[in-house]
Amino acid sequence: MRLISYISVMIIPLVIFYITLHALLMRKHVFELFLNGAKQGLLTVFEIAPSLIGLLVAVGIFRNSGALDLFCNFLTTVNNSLPFSTLTLPPELLPLTFLKLFSSSGANALLFDIFKKHGTDSYIGFAASVLLCCTETLFYTISIYFTSVQIKKTRWVIPVGILLSLVSLISSAWIARLFV
Amino acid sequence: MMLDILWSFLILIGIAVAAITGNIEAVSTGILASAKDAIELLIVMAGVVAMWNGFLYIADGSDLTRLLARKMKPLLKFLFPSLPQDHIAGDYICANFIANMLGLGWACTPTGLSAMKALKELEQERLRTNINHSDNSFSKSHKQLSLDTASDEMCTFLILNISSLQLIPMNLIAYRSQYGSPQPMAVIIPGLITTTLTTVIAIIICKVMCHRQ
Repeated sequence: MRLISYISVMIIPLVIFYITLHALLMRKHVFELFLNGAKQGLLTVFEIAPSLIGLLVAVGIFRNSGALDLFCNFLTTVNNSLPFSTLTLPPELLPLTFLKLFSSSGANALLFDIFKKHGTDSYIGFAASVLLCCTETLFYTISIYFTSVQIKKTRWVIPVGILLSLVSLISSAWIARLFV
Repeated sequence: MMLDILWSFLILIGIAVAAITGNIEAVSTGILASAKDAIELLIVMAGVVAMWNGFLYIADGSDLTRLLARKMKPLLKFLFPSLPQDHIAGDYICANFIANMLGLGWACTPTGLSAMKALKELEQERLRTNINHSDNSFSKSHKQLSLDTASDEMCTFLILNISSLQLIPMNLIAYRSQYGSPQPMAVIIPGLITTTLTTVIAIIICKVMCHRQ
């Protein structure tokens, strides 16, 4: 375990060290390349700013209005009325999955609530941790990646992405049971 | 189109619910707060993304990304069968997968966006050759004639990004220890199992969907 925490601290410096050393050995103008990239990176952030603002404002409205809570209550009711007890998921995980589709910070806030209420290594706390390991903010990624190249028709990406979130939800609820 | 509907859905339902439940004041202050939060996030992000993009350009300029892409060629060929060999998009896709797996966070955004731009250029090339050989218009690539439609490669790339294969979930370990977990790292192995599972399922679905049309 100490090794893993050591690796996780080392990884970013190591990647940067390797990239720089490799380029220097290839006799490239390292700093000039960096400056070009950093400039382009700033422009990229500038480009994705509108979609990020738009997304966060919409999510903010949905959350502050109480609509999110209502929706999650609805999901919980549906979940609890499922006939198969093995399929029934911990009610806290549904809002977490839903929120994670839109915003990482929102999902994290909910995760901290779960940690405070149930503890980090209770079944629910653990399942929530596993769930957030294997899901990505679908709408954030789609809106930033697709709008950056002016794609309007996203074809099957959104339904498949939502389906994958559900798969993550169910598998993390089951796998957490084996580990707690 | 779907994004338009979802986005308006969030706003309209939100405001309607607020009006009914009397939360309209919270929404009114919340709108301004979230716009402000977005800019604060962007400012933090700007520094990190600019830094990673700088190193990406170094790796790119010194052919390191090309080298990695060569090593990952079989995987690339399996996931993106119609991507031309040695296309620049392949380099960025590999760099993005590596950044994702190492958990480099915002390093994924510059590599991912570069990959999307390269894939878009590929689509433009395809469109051009398609116009030149108009008798060939019923060939495999005719299904993506318009440039505002996501290509098979774009969809697969995005879905694989979302299934987020990650070796060490550093953020979550940090959160867990912050909230007093006795074993913050216990999440690594079950996390790895679930991300592997979702990634495998994601690959299968992408294969099916790309094959279908």
